[in-house]
Amino acid sequence: MARLNVVKALNLALLQEMERDEDVLVMGEDVGVDGGVFRVTEDLHRTFGSKRVIDSPLAEAAIIGTGVGMALYGLRPVCEIQFSGFAFQCFHQIENHAARYRMRSQGRFSVPMVIRMPYGGGVRALEHHSESEEQFYAHIPGLKMVVPSGPRNARALLVSAIRDPDPVVFFEHKALYHAAKEEVPDEIETLPLGRAQVVREGRDVTLVAYGAMLRVAREAAETLAQEDGAEAEVIDLLTISPLDRATLVASVQKTGRAVVVHEAVRSFGPGAEIAASIMDGAFLSLEAPIARVASWDVPFPGFAREKASVPDLPRVLAAARETLAF
Amino acid sequence: MPRTVLEPRFQVEYLSILDSDGNLDASLEPDIPGEDLKRLYRAMLLGRRLDERMIRLQRQGRIGTFAPIKGQEASQLGAAFTLRPSDWMVPSFRETAAMLWRGWSIEKLLLFFAGYLEGGQPAPGQNDLPVTIPVATQLPHAVGLAYAAQYRGDDTVVMAFCGDGATSEGDFHEALNFAGVWHVPTVFVVQNNQWAISVPLKKQTHSRTIAQKALAYGLPGLQVDGNDVLAVYAASREAVERARAGDGPTLIECVTYRLGVHTTADDPTKYRTAEEVEAWERKDPLTRFGAYLQKKNLLDDGLAASVDAEIAEAVQRFETVGPADALRMFDHAYGQRPAHLDAQREQLAAWLRDGAGAAAPDTTAHPSPPMRGQRSTRR
Repeated sequence: MARLNVVKALNLALLQEMERDEDVLVMGEDVGVDGGVFRVTEDLHRTFGSKRVIDSPLAEAAIIGTGVGMALYGLRPVCEIQFSGFAFQCFHQIENHAARYRMRSQGRFSVPMVIRMPYGGGVRALEHHSESEEQFYAHIPGLKMVVPSGPRNARALLVSAIRDPDPVVFFEHKALYHAAKEEVPDEIETLPLGRAQVVREGRDVTLVAYGAMLRVAREAAETLAQEDGAEAEVIDLLTISPLDRATLVASVQKTGRAVVVHEAVRSFGPGAEIAASIMDGAFLSLEAPIARVASWDVPFPGFAREKASVPDLPRVLAAARETLAF
Repeated sequence: MPRTVLEPRFQVEYLSILDSDGNLDASLEPDIPGEDLKRLYRAMLLGRRLDERMIRLQRQGRIGTFAPIKGQEASQLGAAFTLRPSDWMVPSFRETAAMLWRGWSIEKLLLFFAGYLEGGQPAPGQNDLPVTIPVATQLPHAVGLAYAAQYRGDDTVVMAFCGDGATSEGDFHEALNFAGVWHVPTVFVVQNNQWAISVPLKKQTHSRTIAQKALAYGLPGLQVDGNDVLAVYAASREAVERARAGDGPTLIECVTYRLGVHTTADDPTKYRTAEEVEAWERKDPLTRFGAYLQKKNLLDDGLAASVDAEIAEAVQRFETVGPADALRMFDHAYGQRPAHLDAQREQLAAWLRDGAGAAAPDTTAHPSPPMRGQRSTRR
């Protein structure tokens, strides 16, 4: 057991999975000698060499495209896209091929690869380094879309993603990399993909969040308990797709109210699917419209204005209070 | 400081062994056993006759849109012929002759073009990727396969096909670059058939050859007469042997011509002249190779009849395939079907069983939706 931040926890997951399975390799820009620009792959090349920890040329489409080929051959590549804002240069390889090869070949081939990408704002970074665009991947059949919220679940989910038979897009929030340390067991731990966690129980309103927004949701729940006497249930989605609808519905059947929080822009974002799923499963339990707190529907506004766009505690509190008062 | 020459002048070779009349440059003639020459010719003829049959099947509405290969048989088969079954072949969407050679059955290909994904399922152990439609996007897969083969220490070569249009795509350049940097056993075969739908080669690239594009990535590039099966074979054998020996990737540009339409939805009279097509018809790869075999006394009587019989039997088997089971669409989206797809499958099953869907007309007999570049067919 060691206290690790998200970077070290992810590094541990990669190290242990590579020790366990020779088919696992790591590829991306600067992932070898440099250890990745966020140091997630630090020292792996020392242990496993440059054939397994590949400093690739700078080309996102070929990183994912060759990763698809490796996976078709039976390897388990873990590809890093340096920032999720650059993933549109490989989006076609993800959508057209990684997600579809199992279907296209009717089960003869699969693409057991992981595509890791740092995402999210709040780190005073330029355009293309601050966006949250998980909805694009969550929308693609054949893909899984995972977003951890802390060191321990990041490590366990990455192990599960590597072992998963299907391609997984794995988002790592930049603001969480060094935000907190958590006890992470030495022995390998997994978490099932497609399963959300109730991280705080409550009876009055359900707050749904993931990634860096989980902390905002938890703070909102504590504030509501202290200042309003309202007990919020907090759900950490962990996997965006496939969405754990059962956990969402069970919670809202109990609370009758829901607030969804995400950094992705509001329209056609994950909140829309989450709200629709709650409507499908818990319509008769609802006491108020489902609220969404999300970034405004504008292209990245620059980090000088970012705080006014990314959901924060006051906005989540306001939405929860409005929902409770409805 | 003077200007200095960093690289010597590059050279791009052109290889032709058999001219359009079947005359041979004996000094370059590859050593191919007579039986193999006969198999090669039969495969070319099968590709040609199936193509003609498929156009009729498409016009009858029995299969959907497809990309005919007429004129490109030598480019495909001269190359694929040099692979071992354990090697990998990565096609684009106009490699029917090569796919047949690699073991795809005629029924499977027909099923594929009739909209059944079952037709895209390689047989167990068959090292072929299915058809890739987005142009050039299959090329990085070939490089990844080759990397994986090398990583595992397998004695395996990967051959990837694309067309001249694909050489304008970023994925083409990225794939060549990665293959060069990684020094992996990949052979890129570009079927330069002069036309990317309606866009001629001169509007596709300002390079004199496509072969020379390889040189920028540090790999050899060679241009061959793509209608001369012996030249394609000789160049491919050399490239495959180089790759297998650990000497890295090669690009082969096969200069050929699409004698037919881009797809069955295309009307080439709009963008090219009859004279141009006729000039290329005189360079037909089958005529030329047939004349060569005739001189060697290797042409069997009744070959066309046996090929046609094989096609007819396969078409018959294809026609016995029942309507597609709609519920199977949920089978291969994921390795294990997630809960929401279980629910959607149940929903569709109930709809088909009890709802209005039970009475809905069967649409499986109609052609599949359009491919890139398709217009509504005029006939």
